[in-house]
Amino acid sequence: MRLIELSPPGKKIITGTLLFTAEDIVLYAKKFDPQPFHVDAEAAKNYVFGALCASGWHTCAGWMKTYVAYWKAEVARLESEGITAPKLGPSAGFKRLQWLKPVYAGDSITYSVALTESRPLTSRPGTWINMTVCDGVNQHGDVVMRYVGTVLEFA
Amino acid sequence: MLYFEDFPQGRSLPLAPKLVTADEMVEFAAEFDPQPMHLDEAAGKASILGGLSASGWHTASMFMRMMFDGWLSSSSSEGSPGIEFMEWKKPVLAGDTLSGRSTVLESRPLRSRPGIGIVKFLHEVENQRGEIVMRGENPIMMRLRDAREDAA
Repeated sequence: MRLIELSPPGKKIITGTLLFTAEDIVLYAKKFDPQPFHVDAEAAKNYVFGALCASGWHTCAGWMKTYVAYWKAEVARLESEGITAPKLGPSAGFKRLQWLKPVYAGDSITYSVALTESRPLTSRPGTWINMTVCDGVNQHGDVVMRYVGTVLEFA
Repeated sequence: MLYFEDFPQGRSLPLAPKLVTADEMVEFAAEFDPQPMHLDEAAGKASILGGLSASGWHTASMFMRMMFDGWLSSSSSEGSPGIEFMEWKKPVLAGDTLSGRSTVLESRPLRSRPGIGIVKFLHEVENQRGEIVMRGENPIMMRLRDAREDAA
């Protein structure tokens, strides 16, 4: 089946929730984004964000982590019902990624995905490009992250 | 220290080179993107990507570190509100050496936040063959040199 049959445009699917502990934030940031406000709670007080917060890339990687888990379960569910799951391929990138609020230590982010559009690729018959809106919302209901994602789909 | 005023339009700053190891790719993928082509050489070869390849979010994360080591760590960065677009143009394979640059597209002081300006960059990451593997545009908040006494 096609993704658009499984997931009607506009329907928001919750992919999962991730807790960002101070340890997780610092561990990721020491590897990839060691700016003071991502690795040092004391130093973070002197910056715009005001306290230790996750690298925006860590917040994005968290979306992917919940999405892959969601999708694996969804494929298994469809196969158990004898349905061929949509064949999704890699992504060509994303647009309009907004880090709307900092993700502070102790925040729980609930991620979601909504398909917005699916169109055939004229350059590659039997291939579609799917556009999605991907969100992360904290425990107060504030959207912390949003972007427009793309994912290829094969016949 | 590089302040807002040090980022005129057209200035290009190098990203630090980065050798991408299979172990690092698998470690990142195991935590954040455990799909077969990011975890296993044979599965990568069988995929459209052509080999064990980095998660796009891993490439973005490595780019962040390359930018930090290349120039961001000696700047007055206050973080970023987002990324206007980012394209994953080619697979990043184990053993690739990445390099690249950030180029200033435009800059303006923020009216809403005195002492802070926004600098918009084009970032380009390329492999050892000079092929662009990832490119994108993003604004970064920088402190103004003239405001540094206020900020202290």
